[in-house]
Amino acid sequence: MDMLTVEDINVYYGAIHAIKGISLSVAKGGITTLIGSNGAGKSTTLHTISGLLKPKTGKITFEGQDITGKPAHKIVGMGLSQVPEGRHVFANMTVMENLDLGAYLRTDKEEINKDLTDVFTKFPRLLERKDQIAGTLSGGEQQMLAMGRALMSRPRLMLLDEPSMGLAPLLVQEIFNIIKEINDSGTTVLLVEQNARMALSIADKAYVLETGNITLEGTGKELLNSEAVQKAYLGG
Amino acid sequence: MESGFLHQLVQQLINGISLGSIYALIALGYTMIYGILKLINFAHGDIYMLGAYIGFVCTSILKLSFLPALIVSMIGAALAGMVIERVAYRPMRNAPRIAILITAIGVSFFLENVMILFASPQPRTFPAVFTATVYHVGAWVVNSQQIVILVSALVLMVALTYIVNQTRAGKAMRAVSFDADAARLMGIDIDSTISMTFALGSALAAAGGVLVGIYYNSIDPLMGMVPGIKAFVAAVLGGIGIIPGAMLGGIILGVVEALVSGFISSTFRDAAAFAILIIILLFKPQGLMGKNIREKV
Repeated sequence: MDMLTVEDINVYYGAIHAIKGISLSVAKGGITTLIGSNGAGKSTTLHTISGLLKPKTGKITFEGQDITGKPAHKIVGMGLSQVPEGRHVFANMTVMENLDLGAYLRTDKEEINKDLTDVFTKFPRLLERKDQIAGTLSGGEQQMLAMGRALMSRPRLMLLDEPSMGLAPLLVQEIFNIIKEINDSGTTVLLVEQNARMALSIADKAYVLETGNITLEGTGKELLNSEAVQKAYLGG
Repeated sequence: MESGFLHQLVQQLINGISLGSIYALIALGYTMIYGILKLINFAHGDIYMLGAYIGFVCTSILKLSFLPALIVSMIGAALAGMVIERVAYRPMRNAPRIAILITAIGVSFFLENVMILFASPQPRTFPAVFTATVYHVGAWVVNSQQIVILVSALVLMVALTYIVNQTRAGKAMRAVSFDADAARLMGIDIDSTISMTFALGSALAAAGGVLVGIYYNSIDPLMGMVPGIKAFVAAVLGGIGIIPGAMLGGIILGVVEALVSGFISSTFRDAAAFAILIIILLFKPQGLMGKNIREKV
C-alpha cells in the first residue's frame, strides 16, 4: 500500500521552474530513496511534501488524505516529519530542549517519555550530552539530534534530507545503520541522498531525479546495477 | 567635596536605574520583535504612547487604581500590537526588508496622528495615582514612584523571562526566532507565534508608558518618539534579539543618562544615548551580550 503519493507536482521559486511534473510513491513500511546531483530538486521535493513549499499544480496524498498546500505545522501533526538538510538543530538551545520541541504538538506525557527513552537508546551520545548546547555538538551528533528530534513527533513517515552530508565515512555508516533501525521499528522512510551507493544499498524503492524530472526508477538493487546510474552517480 | 561627589553619584544611580528600567521594558519589545521578524518596529515607541493614554483614561476617567489601570493598558496595547502585525506587517512578510521598515515608519505616523486627532496634540496631566512620598535613605532621596517603577519593571521582566524560557509558547518563540523553517517542521504555527510576540512586546511597552506617565505626570501623542529611539539604542547596546541584553542595555542607558544629567548637563542627556549607539556600533556591533554562534555544517 502506498503511504504517500506525489502526483505530477510543479514547483517554482519565483520564475524558476524547479520541479517539472514529478510523480512518485512511497510504500508503507519501506525505505524509498530519491537520488540525484546537486540542484536536481531533491530538497525541493521534500520541502513540498512537508509543506514548507507549495506546489503550483499537482497533488500530494498522505495516508489517503490530500495534504497539498497544507501548512507545514499541520502536516507534522498528521504523522509526517522531516529531518532537514544541514540538520537545522536549534543551536542556541540544549539537546533536551531540542528534543522537547520535537514533541511540540504532543500532550501525552507518558508516551513522550517513552519515546525519549527510545531516542536515548538509539543515540546514547545524546543522553551523555543532554544538557549541552546543541551548537557545540559535532556534525554527526547534530545529525543524530535532528533525527531524534524528528522521532519525538512519533512520525509514521520520516523524510530525511542528506543525512550523510559532511560526515566522516564511519559516521555515515553509523547514521545509515540507525536509519535502517528506525525503519525496522515501523517508521516508513523517504531518504534523499547524494551518497547514491549508500542510499541505494538500503532502499526498497529508488528514484533518480535530474533537473526537476524523474529519469529512472526501480528497486534499490536494480538501480545499483544499472549502467546509467553507475556512470552518473557511482563513479563508473 | 569628595563625599559630595559620592553622594551625587549614588543619587544619580538611583534615578538612572528607575529611568533605565523603563527603557528596558520598551527595549524588550524591540528586541523580541527583531528577534522573530528581523524587523525594527519603528511603531514600538507609539505603542508605548498608546499604553500611556490607555492608562490615562483608566486612571483619570474610569478612576481605576494603579494595578488595574496597568493591566488594562497592557491588554489594550497587546491587542493593538496584534492588530498592527496582522494588518500592516503580515501581508509584507515576504516583501523586501526595506519595504517592511517603511511600513513600520508609516504605522508610527499613523498612530501618532490618530492620537492627535482624537486626544488633541496638547499634553495631558497624568493623575497622581500615588501620593508622592519621599523616603530618605541615609543621605539619599528615593520617592515612591521610583520604587513602584522599579518593582513593576522587575516583576514584568521576571515574568517575561519565565514565559520565554519555561512555557510552551516561549519555547515556540525562541524556536521561531532562531530558525523559522525548522520551527515549522516541529509543528509550530509561525503566524500565531509572531502574533504572541507582538502581544507580549506591546504589553511591556504599554507598562513602560503607564510608568512614565506616573513618573513625569505628563503624556502627549508624540511622547513615544524619543524614548522609542532610546529603547532601540538600549536593545542594540545589549545585543538586538537577546532578551537579557535588552534589560541590561536599558539599565545602562538610564544610568549613563542620569550621570550625564547630574554631572555634566541635562542638555547633553540625549547626546549621551546616541554617543553610546555610535560607540557600540564601532567597537562591538553585536552588542554587549551578543555572541556569534557558529553553525556546524
